[in-house]
Amino acid sequence: MPDISRAEVRHLADLARIDLSDAELDHLAPQLGVILDSIASIAQVAAEDIPPTSHAIALTNVFREDVVGECLSAEQALSGAPKQEQQRFLVPRILGDEQ
Amino acid sequence: MSQLIRRTAAELADALAAGETTSVELTQAHLDRIGKIDGSADGRGIHAFLHVDAEGALAAAAAADERRAAGTPASALDGVPIAVKDVLATQGLPTTCGSKILEGWVPPYDATVVARLRQAGLPILGKTNMDEFAMGSSTEHSAYGPTRNPWDLSRIPGGSGGGSAAAVASFEAPLALGTDTGGSIRQPGAVTGTVGVKPTYGGVSRYGLVAMANSLDQVGPVTRSVLDSALLHEIIGGHDPRDSTSIDQPLPPLVESARQGAAGDLSGVRIGVVKELTGEGYQAGVQQRFDEAIALLVDAGAEVVEVSCPHFVHALATYYLIMPSEASSNLARFDAMRYGLRVGPAGVADPSAEQVMRASREAGFGDEVKRRIILGTYALSSGYYDAYYGQAQKVRTLISRDFEAAFGKVDVLASPTAPTTAFPIGDKIEDPLAMYLNDIATIPANLAGTPGISIPAGLAPEDGLPVGLQLLAPALADDRLYRVGAAAETLLEKQWGGPLLAQAPSLESSTAEEIR
Repeated sequence: MPDISRAEVRHLADLARIDLSDAELDHLAPQLGVILDSIASIAQVAAEDIPPTSHAIALTNVFREDVVGECLSAEQALSGAPKQEQQRFLVPRILGDEQ
Repeated sequence: MSQLIRRTAAELADALAAGETTSVELTQAHLDRIGKIDGSADGRGIHAFLHVDAEGALAAAAAADERRAAGTPASALDGVPIAVKDVLATQGLPTTCGSKILEGWVPPYDATVVARLRQAGLPILGKTNMDEFAMGSSTEHSAYGPTRNPWDLSRIPGGSGGGSAAAVASFEAPLALGTDTGGSIRQPGAVTGTVGVKPTYGGVSRYGLVAMANSLDQVGPVTRSVLDSALLHEIIGGHDPRDSTSIDQPLPPLVESARQGAAGDLSGVRIGVVKELTGEGYQAGVQQRFDEAIALLVDAGAEVVEVSCPHFVHALATYYLIMPSEASSNLARFDAMRYGLRVGPAGVADPSAEQVMRASREAGFGDEVKRRIILGTYALSSGYYDAYYGQAQKVRTLISRDFEAAFGKVDVLASPTAPTTAFPIGDKIEDPLAMYLNDIATIPANLAGTPGISIPAGLAPEDGLPVGLQLLAPALADDRLYRVGAAAETLLEKQWGGPLLAQAPSLESSTAEEIR
């Protein structure tokens, strides 16, 4: 398993939409390296034919009747919004970068 | 300190039923205790609470008293107050998950478990402190400052649910709700001398629980007695159509099992001590108290054997791939658009949504959350997925098979809950790996979806701090935890001459005499 580089951590933070400062990168990259080292052993444990488990308790699709139930009012749904206008979430512009 | 608040929830319910006290009186007594010890100007309070709702709790208490007077209590615990971990949505009460990104957020709905508490008449005292988004084993990762251990204010109360455990251990609340993804109910229970239960995965609804790792998270009771946990478990547990992973069958008889176990007879019960969860890496005093507790169970008629679960040694690595992978996906919802913190990047006149998202997540998330999001992003990225996440899912299967094989031989498994007693605040904050090792004994149950309990096993001789005994049962057999746990509790308390918490510091210096 490869060690994790500073550039790689920056790229991953980028994928996760987190602006990391240089100081944070200095701090986090070595810590992540240590953590990854310690979990790298996992690759050798399970044989090819072992099935993966995503949920410990077997899941099946769960359906309900398609009937109208209670739901949040627009006012309630917007109650935590950083900004709102005309009963809608008001967000920063979504176009303009690299377009 | 009022002697009233030292009683267990079951005793308080009896006192309410007998008319010895009222819900308003005992809710006020707990609010008074919180006022005295939770926060102080010198920053040396317990700091178990992030938000206290005196008004709401007293109103709920008054309503409970009216039901009692009318002879129509809503449940066995009607009128007994409770604290709720701040990761559970409470309508009208702030829910921050210990994070700056949710500072001031007030949910427009109740988590199912919270709705059930309200229906059952339990006044909600407030919201308890936690590691940010439940990521940690010490509550030091809370954006609002650490919670302190009532046994020694310079030490951690465990985590992530250190606030709930410390509130219950310091008599600020008789009951609390916690959540357990890798040990966040059981490990705080162990280091604060309280009882904590992680139910079978799917046994308690996760609707309204802010998810860290969906396939691992479970809500459960935090209490001072095994019976209290059973009473609370029966109120919050059972099928919920709003959680698609909720198990659609009735709970086993939990309260009945706790009452049966309290007689202290374990004839015919087979207990397996997990070889991989004892010995090396466990503090000497932790191991000693664990061995003594097991000897007591043998005296009570249990048959004890050693069992091996060879893949448990890989549980920590498996967990630290699966949990961050799920967490990195879950926390993508904090995008600064619909709720939560929104900040713009410095020096940008008309920032785009993506720039705002990046700046808000940078400002709103703490170190540990960033570490786990990056780790999860790594484990899920193309090129690494098979080597990391895919492998971890396979090892998860092997860990479940270890449990199945063990439960073919014994009824419950036993281990120390945590490898050490409470460590000093600040000791492990810069060493994430050392922090992760706290959960080494609790993580396997989360991976396998099986239930677990931690009960006090005594004080480690070398430092006088609480040690936890962990019991694990097969999925859906939570009742076994209550039977064996209550038996162990009865036998241990007989030795101590009362509950372990009777030996904890009173925390109110002016009234110390009254307690001792």
